[in-house]
Amino acid sequence: MRDLPGAVKVLAALAVVAVALPLVALAARAPWSDIGRLGASGPRTALFVSIEVSLAAAALSLVFGVPTALVLARSRFPGRSIVRSLALLPLVLPPVVAGVGLLAAFGRRGVLGRGLAAIGIRLPFTTAGAILASAFVATPLLILTVEAGVRALDRRKEDAAETLGASRWYVLRRVTLPALAPQIVAGLVVAWARALGEFGATITFAGNIRGRTQTLPLAVFEAMQTDPGAAILMSLMLVALSLVALVALRGRFLAR
Amino acid sequence: MSLRADVRCVAADFVVEASIEAERGRPVALVGPNGAGKTTLVRVLAGLAPIERGTVALDGTVLDDDTTHVAPRDRSAGVVFQDRVLFDTMSAVENVAFGLRARGMRAGEARERARDLLRSMDLEHRANARPVELSGGEAQRVAIARAIAHEPALLLLDEPLSSLDVRARTEIRALLGKLLASFQGVAIVVTHDPVDALTLADDMVVLEHGRVTQTSPIDDIRSAPRSAYAAELVGINLFTGRLEPIGDGAARLQTDAGAIVVSCPAALDSALEDVTALLRPVDVVLFREQPSQASARNAIRGTIRSIADDGQRARIRIDASPPLIADVTSGSVSRLGLKEGGPVWASFKAVEVRLVLPS
Repeated sequence: MRDLPGAVKVLAALAVVAVALPLVALAARAPWSDIGRLGASGPRTALFVSIEVSLAAAALSLVFGVPTALVLARSRFPGRSIVRSLALLPLVLPPVVAGVGLLAAFGRRGVLGRGLAAIGIRLPFTTAGAILASAFVATPLLILTVEAGVRALDRRKEDAAETLGASRWYVLRRVTLPALAPQIVAGLVVAWARALGEFGATITFAGNIRGRTQTLPLAVFEAMQTDPGAAILMSLMLVALSLVALVALRGRFLAR
Repeated sequence: MSLRADVRCVAADFVVEASIEAERGRPVALVGPNGAGKTTLVRVLAGLAPIERGTVALDGTVLDDDTTHVAPRDRSAGVVFQDRVLFDTMSAVENVAFGLRARGMRAGEARERARDLLRSMDLEHRANARPVELSGGEAQRVAIARAIAHEPALLLLDEPLSSLDVRARTEIRALLGKLLASFQGVAIVVTHDPVDALTLADDMVVLEHGRVTQTSPIDDIRSAPRSAYAAELVGINLFTGRLEPIGDGAARLQTDAGAIVVSCPAALDSALEDVTALLRPVDVVLFREQPSQASARNAIRGTIRSIADDGQRARIRIDASPPLIADVTSGSVSRLGLKEGGPVWASFKAVEVRLVLPS
């Protein structure tokens, strides 16, 4: 391969340093002797809420994202590009705007919220609301990943299945989805990681209620005002969780 | 009971307009050069590609016409796709069982049947292997088993031998020959290889540029090919050109690629255009040196392009003016020291050339 210009390499090196530096600084500034404080009820509760919310949000993005990806990649209908832009909009939307929008839709006086309240379902400032907010911002990432996979599929595999007598549902279940498994897993991990870090939409739509909607990022933000040491320790906890995602994705991101 | 198709359909960038008939128990070879529309036609018959107009009917049931389209899953068809297209997330036996499972058979029974089929193809020991772990020949056997497991009325094989190496090809050709000889449904084998067509099928449909140029029993095509492609396919020498008498009961046929001497038809008194001449490869005699005053009127010097030797008989393709195909015994290949790229003299008698005059 032709060697790259020196300037390109220097900029790339700076970028890597810029990413690594805050992480190293976190580790350097952490009050390691106080690490036991992570076991205290506050951080522990936030960790459990984070895990619950992020996993549920990932599951929700799976249930709605995979069908959306299939339709976007396969169906031809008028306005398809508009629908696609809409489905991917949360990617570029400021999360706080997403939160305000969710309130307008599902809030007590919201377009849907009133009807939902009438049948006893309340979303704002509940754990379910935090899950919805996280899923809202995370699902487009899963859609993008899976859609690319669908486009790369050899359609003749599905042709073969159909000539063998398989119904559409059977083709989807036995051929299409298994072939997409790697992209679906990758999409799930990316969506989960995005949900784990969610802040803006969650705090706007679900608030910052300890034990219900206060996830780790919200707890970190709160602790920064009063107890920076605890904030750093909780941040390191988030780094550890993110590393899980990176390891899960190593086939895609590392060793390329 | 049979398949009748008379269709017009649009492939990626050309139109296929073809008519095919096939009887149960009489395999048809669909042959033609690359890009002739063979795969498109297979997709149409399988129901995977739409027709623009025409009809497809199997055993009297209309599968396609102006108002009908029977979905692939509702046709009793089995397809062996080019480069196989196995389900790589499933084991070999699951691939074979797929058609039975899709049609509602219980998993255990379907697996049992699939395993039996693999056993009949000497492949039971690979039943649990994934497609990526199979050799080309093994994967092809799985693809064939998958296509026939549900006992289809219509079996479509798209170039079933082309992606295989020489050894696997011989093995799969033998397997297919056995299979097709006892197959009770309609079978269509797409191939561009004459040997496959001759060994696997009874009838032949020649497709060129989206059109059928010939439909006949293979024996008929051999004796009267209607295009240079069909002639080359069945391994016969075909020349076309201008025929003019040269006296002494002889005539000269001038083709674009050289001239040959033939016997003069009695009726010929002036030159005639567009005359076709046929010469069987066994009537071409080969020499290492220029043949001395032999009785043959034609002696043409050339270079050997290829030698296909099956141990008894060898087919020699010769670059010359005009190009020739000769069949000789394997013994004479070594006796004459014939080698690809080497020089050779080809000779044949004028009377051996059969003329087809324009009507």
